[in-house]
Amino acid sequence: MMDEIQKRLLEEVADLHEVPEGAYNIRANGKSAARNTTANIDIESKEDGSGITIRIKEGTKNESVHIPVVLSQSGLKEVVYNDFYIGEDCDVTIVAGCGIDNCGVQDSEHDGIHRFYVGKNAKVKYVEKHYGSGEGSGKRILNPGTEVYQQEGSVVEMEMVQIKGVDSTKRDTYAELAAGAKLLVRERLMTHGDQTAISNYEVKLDGEQSHADVVSRSVAKDSSYQKFDAKIIGNAACSGHTECDAIIMGNARILAVPQLEANDLDAALIHEAAIGKIAGEQIVKLMTLGLTEQEAEEQIINGFLK
Amino acid sequence: MKGWNDIMLELKNISFEVSDEKEATEIIRDMNLTLDEGKFIVITGPNGGGKSTLAKLIAGIETPTSGEIWFDGVNITDKSIAERAQMGIGYAFQQPVRFKGITVKDLIRLASGKPISVSEACQYLSEVGLCARDYIDREVNASLSGGELKRIEIATVLARKSRLSVFDEPEAGIDLWSFQNLIQVFERMRKENSRNSILIISHQERILDIADEILVLSDGKIVEHGTKEEILPGLLGTDSAVNVCDKYQMGGKRE
Repeated sequence: MMDEIQKRLLEEVADLHEVPEGAYNIRANGKSAARNTTANIDIESKEDGSGITIRIKEGTKNESVHIPVVLSQSGLKEVVYNDFYIGEDCDVTIVAGCGIDNCGVQDSEHDGIHRFYVGKNAKVKYVEKHYGSGEGSGKRILNPGTEVYQQEGSVVEMEMVQIKGVDSTKRDTYAELAAGAKLLVRERLMTHGDQTAISNYEVKLDGEQSHADVVSRSVAKDSSYQKFDAKIIGNAACSGHTECDAIIMGNARILAVPQLEANDLDAALIHEAAIGKIAGEQIVKLMTLGLTEQEAEEQIINGFLK
Repeated sequence: MKGWNDIMLELKNISFEVSDEKEATEIIRDMNLTLDEGKFIVITGPNGGGKSTLAKLIAGIETPTSGEIWFDGVNITDKSIAERAQMGIGYAFQQPVRFKGITVKDLIRLASGKPISVSEACQYLSEVGLCARDYIDREVNASLSGGELKRIEIATVLARKSRLSVFDEPEAGIDLWSFQNLIQVFERMRKENSRNSILIISHQERILDIADEILVLSDGKIVEHGTKEEILPGLLGTDSAVNVCDKYQMGGKRE
């Protein structure tokens, strides 16, 4: 059974108060804590114990899979490989996420590698939240890897959120899209203290009419460091857009590296990147509505990361 | 005779100067001004005369170089923008600010200072002639036109129900239809609370025409201050009282 800390972490990363409906696999301190499969969604542990395999039958509609991970034991380091096989014509939601509570002096680390094999015309919504807490001097480290292989006409929407408490993150996302496939990524990130967050994307638009839209909104506070490196490669008549929009505060540093590579005459690719502090007039406007300077700043950041 | 308790805002010997490395420029020169409660006051005068600066000094966005500002019997010279807002001074920006991620609903809720229902928020939008359903969940970002933004700005000031509402050129950037609507907005505000005052910076004859008092500001000084009947006839035909139709016939280029 899970303790209170683990339950709180679970709530933060998966909005779960109790066990979820549908299929789920809850991993706590390196072990499977609970699992449920449904008629359409099967979850199996890999034989070598390195992770789980999730198979979703073709045509499965409006079902969800929750696979949260919680770590509350200081000094635990793990690498987990989870593979998703999503059948043709599915319409499913997958909620992942990792919460670390580290009260100790040793670093805790979870590296989750998720591979998605998305069948023709399937629709997947993938939500991944990261959260860290605990007063210990040990670092809370999360290094997620995501690989997405999309067949013709499939649509994948990814929402990546990391707002609080994770000391170090290196996120690598790789995607290959066949004809007519669409990938939409929305990343929201806030770093504070001495945190670092690195996010790399490589998206290959291999099929005709494939489309990718990778958008990151981030706030870097205190002395934190962020790097956003998004590369879209157009290998066919495709369209791609990447955007990095960041608010910088205090002594933070942000590096945005948008990259586009067109290997086809009809590849239409766009990148946008903007980094700036909160505009003084935004604070002034909210102050004329009766908010203090600090309240105004909070409202602006909350809105920006919403 | 004016009783002291009718006075809402008092500027005492207010000066404001900006300085760069070479020289100091005085924008407002030793200004004395008393505004009563329950009045509709329009400030006009040539561009660069100090009108917007005066509005910012009242809202607390600029701090006077010398002098005092009193509001409802309290010296507010050193009070912050937020404190003045809480005391009852509202301010509508000439060029409204955009916010990524903050919706129209969020902004109106913040303005009203309390949790209000969506239908209440919608009412303020309807008042400024925006179809509430289309706008309430929109972000106050670059997707809105200048005119839409301007009307939302006015809606946020309406939602505050301030003792003194200051509007800096509320008609700038809005179309002719909205302009008619705007006049009605101000007239409704007056009816709603007869003890509150409205201070508007405008050159528009139609707005000057509904004023109780008109102030003419030039070169950092008040050159005229009196009732509409006293002041307006002398302004007609000058740049201080522009006819809205003339302006649009000229392609809105006159200012």
